[in-house]
Amino acid sequence: MRRVFRGAAPALVFGSVGLIVWELGLLLAKPDGFVLPRPTEIVGSFVDNFTVIWTATVNTGYIVITGLIVGVLLGVVWSLLVSRFRLADETLTPLAIALNAIPIIALAPIFNAWYGLLSPTSNQAIVVLLVFFPVFINTTKGLTSVGATELDLMHSYAASKWEITKMVRIPNAMPLFFVSLKIASSLAVIGAIVAEYFGGRQDALGQFIVQNAASSRYTEAWAAVIAGSAMGIILYLLSGGVERIVTPWRPDVDVVVG
Amino acid sequence: MTGSDTGSKVAVSIESVSKVFNRGKPNEVRALDDINLDISEGSFVSLIGPSGCGKSTLLRLMAALTHPTGGSVTVNGKSADKARLDRDYGMAFQTSGLFEWRTVTQNIELPLQLMGWEKADRKARADEMLELVKLAEFATHYPRELSGGMQQRVAIARALAFRPSLLLMDEPFGALDEMTREHMQTEVLDIWARTGKTVVFVTHSIPEAVFLSQRVIVMSPRPGRITADIEVPLGVRGFETRESNRFFEKVTEVREALRFDKGGR
Repeated sequence: MRRVFRGAAPALVFGSVGLIVWELGLLLAKPDGFVLPRPTEIVGSFVDNFTVIWTATVNTGYIVITGLIVGVLLGVVWSLLVSRFRLADETLTPLAIALNAIPIIALAPIFNAWYGLLSPTSNQAIVVLLVFFPVFINTTKGLTSVGATELDLMHSYAASKWEITKMVRIPNAMPLFFVSLKIASSLAVIGAIVAEYFGGRQDALGQFIVQNAASSRYTEAWAAVIAGSAMGIILYLLSGGVERIVTPWRPDVDVVVG
Repeated sequence: MTGSDTGSKVAVSIESVSKVFNRGKPNEVRALDDINLDISEGSFVSLIGPSGCGKSTLLRLMAALTHPTGGSVTVNGKSADKARLDRDYGMAFQTSGLFEWRTVTQNIELPLQLMGWEKADRKARADEMLELVKLAEFATHYPRELSGGMQQRVAIARALAFRPSLLLMDEPFGALDEMTREHMQTEVLDIWARTGKTVVFVTHSIPEAVFLSQRVIVMSPRPGRITADIEVPLGVRGFETRESNRFFEKVTEVREALRFDKGGR
């Protein structure tokens, strides 16, 4: 634990100084208050609205987690197919690139029309689409960038294609997969909240932010942003933690804390 | 060590082998041309020549990692492909090819795992191999924690783990510094003496070839051919071998063979 704190200390100090500057700057300069609330005001609003924000966070969290799981699984399965079968590579890779070329957030209102304005399914679909591509592209790179010597070695042992995938390609893809998981977990939070601006459940973070901002209650909107950030950070740290457990051979695992 | 390897069984037989890459295309390369070579069981044979002479390709043909355009490759009396499927040979490469996610022991166990060995048997054999290459205390380390020379020793242990009769080595010490290299050469000879394997060793170092081998096959490029077949009857090697006159004579003989050959093309 001591190591964790030592590792996090610079970030904590830097962050605290930033918050103090923010707080004091606004207190002393006294600009029109609604433009940017002070950190203490945001924290106050967070506490006052805790029950509502907590419910909204749980609802948005559900979209984020389910969308993330489906999107990551889709990306991984897709890249396993593409790296294993030439026909899949020739058909599914261009399809993935084409899917990624779509401005996915722009689909949110269309998905709402498909699934119903208040259905969370449309939000989940946005998250799945957003998350899928970075996982697919990074995992594919990891599965295919195996050295010639390593492949020769496996062939010299008369290893089957499946054995090569299982024992060489998949472990080789792990570092890049975890890079993509960290990107994907942040994207999932962004995707879910932005998608909620357009529809889905009314008691979710996106709607909470939109409605409060529309009535000029910016402090409340900021409090919800903090909740969204916290979710992103927790998911990032979780990804890093799983990475440490799954890839113990790597000394360079870049988790912020540690 | 037996002085001469004539008269014993043939481990590898290469007959009229040619290899052409990119046949019929503008970048066609005749990598090997009419190669004939018999390697006796239990012998230590080096293939030497400049870059592009096809020595690595020849080794890969023995391993059935690539196939000849013409002629035949026979290993232990069967086709090279059959020998590969039967796991008749172990191979070591210029880079160790260790998997960074496997510990030293797990790397050595890899071929055994592919062959369906029980966990306890794998462990026992890996321990035995680690003793052989003198790395027992590094069993649970990851490859990145080892020096280049140690990594190559693990790779050799892995190549020998399932006790193949033939060891194919493709410039395994090419990336090592001179001192580590000489140390590794002594170790390989020691392993060879203790296990009685047939070893085919690709190198571009003349002293290395002479020090290790009973027989040095000199090759030349474009197209890859065998230009000399030099016996090296230096007996059991020791520290003083490298400084003996007979060693220098053989080094000179191989060097001359390489040089004359260059003039010819």
